[in-house]
Amino acid sequence: MKKWILFIFIFFSALITTGCGKPFLSTLQPAGEVAEKQYNLFLLSFSVMAIVILVVVTIYVIVLVRFRRKKGDENKIPKQVAGSHKLEVIWTAIPILIIIGLSIPTVYLTFYFGDVKGMERVDEQGDPKHLVVNVRANLYWWEFEYPDLGIITSQDLVVPTGERIYFNLKASDVKHSFWVPSIGGKMDTNTDNLNTFYLEFDPEKSDEAGNIFYGKCAELCGPSHAYMDFKVKAISRDEFDRWVLAMQKNEEPELASELAVKGKQLFEENDQFSCISCHATTARDDRPEATRLGPNLADFGNRTRVAGYLEFTKENIKNWIQHPEEYKPGNLMYEKADFTDEELEALAEYLMSLKVQE
Amino acid sequence: MSSIAEKRSVGAVLWEYLTTVDHKKIAHLYLFGGGFFFLLGGIEALLIRIQLLKPQFGFMSEETFNEMFTMHGTTMIFLAAMPLLFALMNAVVPLQIGARDVAFPFLNSLGFWLFFFGGVFLNLAWIFGDAPDAGWTSYASLSLFSEGHGIDYYTLGLQISGFGTLISGINFLVTIINMRAPGMTFMRMPMLTWTTFIASSLILFAFPPLTASIFFLMFDRLFTTNFFDVTAGGNTIIWEHFFWIFGHPEVYILILPSFGIFSEIISTFSRKRLFGYSSMVFATILIGFLGFMVWAHHMFTTGLGNVANAIFAVATMAIAVPTGIKIFNWLLTMWGGSIKITVPMLYALGFIPSFVIGGVTGVMQGIAPLDYQLHDTYFIVAHFHYVIVGGVVFALLAGAHFYWPKMFGTMLSERLGYITFVLFFIGFHLTFFIQHFLGLWGMPRRVATFLSGQGLDMGNFISSIGAFMMGIAIVIMLVNIVITTVKNQKVGNDPWEDGRTMEWALESPPVYYNFKQTPFVRGIDTYWIEKMEGNKGLTPAEPLDDIHMPNNTIMPVIISLGLFIAAFGMMYNPMNQVGDGKPWAIPVLIIGLCITFGTMLIRSIKDDHGYHIPKEELMNDKHKGGIAS
Amino acid sequence: MMAEEKYTPQTWPADPEKQTLEGRNKFIGFWLFLGGETVLFASLFATYLALKNKGTHVTTNELFSLPLVFVMTMLLLTSSLTSVYAIYHMKNFHFKKMQFWFFITVLLGATFLALEIYEFYHYVHEFDFGFTSSAFSGAYYTLVGTHGAHVLFGLGWITALIIRNAKRGLSLYNAPKYYVASLYWHFIDVVWVFIFTVVYLLGKVG
Repeated sequence: MKKWILFIFIFFSALITTGCGKPFLSTLQPAGEVAEKQYNLFLLSFSVMAIVILVVVTIYVIVLVRFRRKKGDENKIPKQVAGSHKLEVIWTAIPILIIIGLSIPTVYLTFYFGDVKGMERVDEQGDPKHLVVNVRANLYWWEFEYPDLGIITSQDLVVPTGERIYFNLKASDVKHSFWVPSIGGKMDTNTDNLNTFYLEFDPEKSDEAGNIFYGKCAELCGPSHAYMDFKVKAISRDEFDRWVLAMQKNEEPELASELAVKGKQLFEENDQFSCISCHATTARDDRPEATRLGPNLADFGNRTRVAGYLEFTKENIKNWIQHPEEYKPGNLMYEKADFTDEELEALAEYLMSLKVQE
Repeated sequence: MSSIAEKRSVGAVLWEYLTTVDHKKIAHLYLFGGGFFFLLGGIEALLIRIQLLKPQFGFMSEETFNEMFTMHGTTMIFLAAMPLLFALMNAVVPLQIGARDVAFPFLNSLGFWLFFFGGVFLNLAWIFGDAPDAGWTSYASLSLFSEGHGIDYYTLGLQISGFGTLISGINFLVTIINMRAPGMTFMRMPMLTWTTFIASSLILFAFPPLTASIFFLMFDRLFTTNFFDVTAGGNTIIWEHFFWIFGHPEVYILILPSFGIFSEIISTFSRKRLFGYSSMVFATILIGFLGFMVWAHHMFTTGLGNVANAIFAVATMAIAVPTGIKIFNWLLTMWGGSIKITVPMLYALGFIPSFVIGGVTGVMQGIAPLDYQLHDTYFIVAHFHYVIVGGVVFALLAGAHFYWPKMFGTMLSERLGYITFVLFFIGFHLTFFIQHFLGLWGMPRRVATFLSGQGLDMGNFISSIGAFMMGIAIVIMLVNIVITTVKNQKVGNDPWEDGRTMEWALESPPVYYNFKQTPFVRGIDTYWIEKMEGNKGLTPAEPLDDIHMPNNTIMPVIISLGLFIAAFGMMYNPMNQVGDGKPWAIPVLIIGLCITFGTMLIRSIKDDHGYHIPKEELMNDKHKGGIAS
Repeated sequence: MMAEEKYTPQTWPADPEKQTLEGRNKFIGFWLFLGGETVLFASLFATYLALKNKGTHVTTNELFSLPLVFVMTMLLLTSSLTSVYAIYHMKNFHFKKMQFWFFITVLLGATFLALEIYEFYHYVHEFDFGFTSSAFSGAYYTLVGTHGAHVLFGLGWITALIIRNAKRGLSLYNAPKYYVASLYWHFIDVVWVFIFTVVYLLGKVG
């Protein structure tokens, strides 16, 4: 049975050589208060459990070395022991103590993470003290609404670092789950009720990770569950405020090229689909959420990804507009379109110019 | 009705199996049926791992992938693991308690056929196009959203096979309560019998919530009710609760009998009685009881609130205590023993460390605030495969090797068994150990593919390689079974030589009435006691007399077939959500139900007193039936 | 064989349902089955309470009329009592009287079922409160309807027993059958008491 230990060992060495996760995604490289505390809890429980495994394996190895049936002992009948009261008390009591020990941080942190009273807090002027984001999960895209700032964005969540941000989570079609692994644990977005929790982004760790974190949908939601990624841009408070101001202007940027103008026309009116009826192109969208059927495109030009996971290139935008079903099967936009190359070019040009700031 | 083994035509053998009410034959049926679905689920698993071999592989479409893992999970839990356990329980438990059959032989057969037809119905989904694709948990918002009839195959198929499971559970309970031989007190029962008893009570109390919630889902999809439709006042969280009120005990329904199998194997091959028998019994009961108190740990991220999360977290961790007791008892059973390494014992030895790893990761996930990170990632996939494969599948493979002689009268090749074990064991750890890290590195579960550049490539590749090793191991085991069956070398009563419980006092396989005279039980490990006193068989508790036996009957097949037919009518009824109602649906539904209830009526009206084997015939029978004389 | 012996009221055992192994198996098996049924109904009750008055245009208060339900309750309670009489006579080997009281039980049960069907019909036509109207209506009909289906099954079962055994009298073979049928009937009755309280009474108060 030493084989077994050997293999575990080989595994560990294999892990080290293959590089352990990425700083923008791994829960083992936490970049915020919540993930940090969860990581510490992981280390604590992992160490305790490693000791448990060690104890078991030690006894196990001794047993196997000492008590194998040897040549000449084929007819030996070992003593038939019924049990040992003392031993049984020991191995009942010690696990109970371990469990009690682990229960203390468990219960404490459950309440600590579950404390969302900060959401309601206001300063002297009656303005909310903390940033609140309403997350609405849809098949297969994310909407991020900043209710106190009056702006909406999609797919790329933009947050300031170094402060607690509170989230209201819900889903508009089927259940999803909102998860930014390196920032903190997940919370489901239910169709029935609003869930609330908070996250915090560490400024230094965010810089190290390149200020972009990967977010995932963690609850099976259909064929494109795997592609329901989003990104979080974690930037300094100043930068964030500038972005908010730019978003709040609520107007489309000047279109520089003839092509983009044509794209805008196509976006608003073409023979196949009415893009504008689902997608807003400015950050203030006063329609009720049930009618906001597609992602808000106000700051589309600054997006990190197309369709949540494809590299942000003009080619990908064109492909996505023409064949969404190929990239996200089961998405609710349309299966495929029949735009000409020029039309696609124009639409992509227009979309890429939708930037609230450079 | 003679037991004389004569060459019979294939048709006669088939008819015998269709109509049998003998627990030993039903055990064979469960083994073949469950084994078939196990292979099916295994192929699905391999296809899953091929798709995840490298980033954005495109081996299959995302829709197919979702169907694949849904069917893999559903098949493995409901149609493979549970029936295979039932196979071993059926084969062994009546023998262990000194009974001639289970309490309700008819219901035993009915339970099997319901399971079988339910499983076939579920898998017909592959043939008719839409397989269920909302995960084995089938969470309500997604399962209502799912297109086609996939989910309907899931609800109807599981409903039918669920009835079968419930019936079998009750049957085992009554058998163990009522059919024990004289002297076989509860505290003398072998561990496999004890764990069967507790697992059966879990079945009794866990399946009705599943039945209820599957009805809700079925009504919502087939009759447009609104249980889970939020816009009409429904609530999808109800499904989550009911599913896990069933789903968590289900885990213990699988693992407790596995513990029982390992308890038998470890004490047999250590040549020592089980260490701390009463604390083992106590731990089993406690695990069963706590199993009902912890379902919400599957829902820590659902948003049940801090108080609920905290309570369920602590309750979950508490289960580690009785489980730990068991682990140490097994170790101490081996301590001071005379350990013989055989294939079943190898699985038991492989099980202990594997299951401990699965157990401790379970505790880690019980820590609610940590679970927010681990939930629905590959970490949980790794965890439950460590307990289900490292616990249940190891137990099934161990049990298959261990009880094969008792079920079929032949010994599986030890050499091929070793190869199977080594490949399976290494493959298993290769597949699942790395998945803990994949989860920690941010890979959610149930993703049809993953993107490169996220540090997940190597881990997934390793995992897929391991899966194939397990696949090869199973193929070798099948070869082993074929070779053994062809060779057909019969073995004696106690082929492992260290058998302790009563089944090893009987012929391999036992004669159809099991015990010629009901045995008298004088303590734990009945047969061991007799052996130590130099007896060749069991002590009879009664003089030789006529034996009462039940008649064979085809009715269980017909009853199950009726429900199978009715399910098609139900699925295509004009009100169904898919909107492809057929005019023949309602008549078919009615015909199917008439077949089922009509057969039940005939069964209750027609007296069936069974038959008697006369004393004279028994006296001349060359079979010893477990008794020394 | 014991089950086929001829009995007189003097030799007839006090607990005929537990004389044979089959009888004892049935007895325990049926109790266990009722345990499972209890969990099933508990699930249905829980769902009903969770979905009570959800998404509906009529609330429990407007919907239910207690006099009708009270009559139904009385019918079912009485039928439970008559089945006790029947079992009493079974234990005393009074076959004819047992059959009679079981017959009365079936009559009362059938009346109950007829009233329940009328009640449902009334809700659908007067209040437009159908199975698919709302989450509440679905939960209500599933709970009460499952109980109704149990009543229907019980009626069929006891009727079949009465007819099947009419000519051949009581034996240790069929005594356990009568016994578990009456157990089942009591169970149905107990469930109804809970339905009456949780659905109807609390529906009026709440």
